[in-house]
Order: sequence, then structure tokens, then C-alpha cells
Amino acid sequence: MSHEQLHAGGGPHAHGGVCQIRAENIHKRFGPLEVLKGVSLTVNRGEVVVIMGPSGSGKTTLIRCLNLLEEPDQGKVMVCNLDVTSGEKPPSRTRSNTIRQLRVKAAMVFQSFNLYPHMTALGNTIEGPMQVLGMGREEATRVGEALLKKVGLSDKRDEHPSRLSGGQKQRVAIARALAMSPEVVLFDEPTSALDPELHEEVLQTMRQLAGEGMTMIVVTHEVAFAREVADRVVFMADGVVVEEGPPGEVLVNPKHPRTRSFLRLVEH
Amino acid sequence: MLELLQRAAPFLLQALWTTLWIGVVSFVLSLLVGLLVAVARMYGPWLLRAPAAVFVSVIRGTPLLTQILLVYYGLPQLGVTIEAIPAVILTLALHAGAYTSEDIRGGIQSVDRGQWEAGYSSGMTFAQVMRRIILPQAIQTITPSLGNRFITMIKETSLASVVTVVELTRVAEQIGSATFRYMQMFVIVAVIYWAVNSLLSLGQAKLEERMRRAYR
Repeated sequence: MSHEQLHAGGGPHAHGGVCQIRAENIHKRFGPLEVLKGVSLTVNRGEVVVIMGPSGSGKTTLIRCLNLLEEPDQGKVMVCNLDVTSGEKPPSRTRSNTIRQLRVKAAMVFQSFNLYPHMTALGNTIEGPMQVLGMGREEATRVGEALLKKVGLSDKRDEHPSRLSGGQKQRVAIARALAMSPEVVLFDEPTSALDPELHEEVLQTMRQLAGEGMTMIVVTHEVAFAREVADRVVFMADGVVVEEGPPGEVLVNPKHPRTRSFLRLVEH
Repeated sequence: MLELLQRAAPFLLQALWTTLWIGVVSFVLSLLVGLLVAVARMYGPWLLRAPAAVFVSVIRGTPLLTQILLVYYGLPQLGVTIEAIPAVILTLALHAGAYTSEDIRGGIQSVDRGQWEAGYSSGMTFAQVMRRIILPQAIQTITPSLGNRFITMIKETSLASVVTVVELTRVAEQIGSATFRYMQMFVIVAVIYWAVNSLLSLGQAKLEERMRRAYR
């Protein structure tokens, strides 16, 4: 079987400057519903950006577009030196290669974890490195064990997901994302499917990651987390970015009425 | 009866062997056919999807016996002559493959969409996600119906008797006509089929039990 090497050796500082994650003028429509109406977002290396907004504002679609799980109708997604433009050229082989390379650099953590139920915690973390990066089992296992240790789940190494709590599952999912040595980790409402008492262990892991300088884009309703960890908060409503800035401004002194009414709701 | 059984035993054993290997080979091939047809129908381009759908419809809408006769007696008229056993295996594989493709399709569809997304989001190709993530989970759902298909297959090999293949049913017919003891011979052969399939059912139950426990 072909182990396609996707770890394009560009590294963080390829493309002349610092690795940026960028969405330019993203449009996305589901049937009659225009979910994203020309959204642009730039995230610098090491930055933690929290995207907030009411449901239906397009924040999840935006983050899915950054990993090309959702193909924009129009616009450009850039991760470091890789860029994919939608809406013009017909799909080609090189294009789908670029998409896969880009996905390696922009790892995804899902609301519903999406762990592979037929694999152990370790199996989940080493699958990507072995299949996609062409890493040998030994090396992948070393990496996977280190990451499980990092998220505090060394003792769950050989458990299948059905034996793990929601919080543990999400931490394995984070380890799985990190195993690809991504440039950015995209979190799509990582705590929304969890019981309240399990939020903290996941948020703690994310705080730790942020502290290590990982670039993160997080869709969440956790205002406290945003206030504490985010470098920047982006507020979306009705498919556009209505406000963005440091959490101290956007969360404390929101200018836009939509931001104000939303924050009143989530903060009680 | 005992004396008849004694005399028939070597022939029955030989025929049982023929039945089993035709059944096993056809079954394995039918899995391949089923997987290809299922994937073609679900993910293929229109040019592949349409013929695959027609194939399934035709196979399911016509009797297996007709199909065997068509392949063995019909095709030579078009210059395609296939020996009896390969003709039977081919027909059985295609026939069962059409049914299996529906099972496989259902199994693949039963896997959560998030599994595809998890695989794709880590940079895997379609084939990698399919092979490593989706099929292993689909197989769990499909196993019970595949077990039933295998048992059906063993029984359907009896149709090979009409195109001169000397398998269990044919042997019963031959010995029956030589000794005028049709009743005994067919009862013996029926018991053999039943014993084989009971063993298979047992194995199937064990396999399902093991798969149920596998992810726990």
C-alpha cells in the first residue's frame, strides 16, 4: 500500500515569512441558505483566536472551511505556504493533494470527538502519522505515547473509546490532532457535547497547549476560557464577522449590538 | 441403509469436497464483487453508477438457475465457452455479489459521517479512510448477513448439478438412479447439507459474539 508522504517539509517559516492561517473572502451556501457571506480571517503563528457567535452564525462552517472539510463556494484558504482557492478552477489531482497537505497542517478537533471506535486510544493517535505521514509503527508509538501522557491519559493507552468518558475521549482526540504535528489546531465546540463537570479537563488541556505556543482557532461558547486564553475574539453573526479584537475589548466592552445581546445570553 | 451409506461414502466425500470448495471460492469472489459494486454505486461517477445499479437489478430480478444455464449453455453460442465448474463459480460469485453489495452498502452507510470527517481532516485519501476507518466498522454490521449469505451459497451450489458438476446433489441423483434408492440418497445428502450449515451457523454465532466484544 502506498504511504503517501504528505509532510511537505516547509515548516513554520516557509514562504518567506511567518506561517499564517488565512481565510480570504469565504462564501458558503447550503441550498438557499448563505451561511458565510464573505468572511476573512488572519491568524498569526502562536495566536489563540476564539470565534463566538449565536448558532447559525456560520462559525462552525468557517472553521470547517479552514480544513477544507467544507469546500467554500468562493474564496481562498491559506495555511502557511499552502493555499487552496475555491470557485474557479475545476478540481484536479494536484489540488486534492494540496488539500490533503493543508489538512495535515490544520488539525481538527470535533464537537463529537469522532474517535475511531475500533482502535485503542493509542491506535487513534498513531493512525494518522502512520497512514498519512508514512511514519513507522515504532516511531509513531513513541510519539503517540508521549502525547497521551501530555493529555494525562497514559493509563488509557490500550482502552477503546467506548471505555472512556467524554472528557477523556476529547483529550484523546486532541492527542490525535497533535500527532500530525500541525501548524494550527482547529477546535469546533470541543466542550459542547460534554457534561458540564467534564468541561474543565478539556479546557485545561487546551490552556496548556496555548501556553506552549500552539496556534489555535477555537469555536466555543466558553466566555471564561476566551477571556483567559484568547489573544483575540472574533464575533460572528449571520455569516459575517461583526466584531473582533482582544477579549478585554470584545467581551468587556462590546460595540456591536449583536455581540452585546449574545454575551448577555451566555453570561446570564 | 448402512450398507448403501458404506458404498456411497467415498463418492459422497468427494462430492462434499467439491460442494465446499465451489462454495468457498464463490463466496470469497462474491465479497470482492460486492465491495466493488457497492463502492461503484455509492462513490463512482455516473458512468459507473448506472451500470452497477442495472447489474444489481438484473441479478436480483432473475432466477439463479436461469443465470447458470445462460452462462453455461448460452454463452458458447457467442463463442465464449466456460467449463462447468468455472461457469458455476462465476455465476454464483456475480449472483451473491449483487446481494452482498447491498449489505455492504448498508454497512458503509451505517458508519457515522464523523468518521469520514475525522479521517479526511487528518489528510487521508478516500481509499485510506475506507480501508482503515470505514470498512472495519462496517464489517461489524455486515457480518450477520454475510454469514447468512455463506450458508445460502453452500445450498445454492446444488444448482451446479444441472450443468454436470458432480457435487453432493448430483452424486445423490447418480447413486439414486443406479440403485433405485432415491429416497435414501437424498435424505443422506440433505442431512449432510444440514450438518455443514449447522456447523457454519455455530461458527457465525461465535464470530458475531467476538465482534460484539471487540471494541469493548
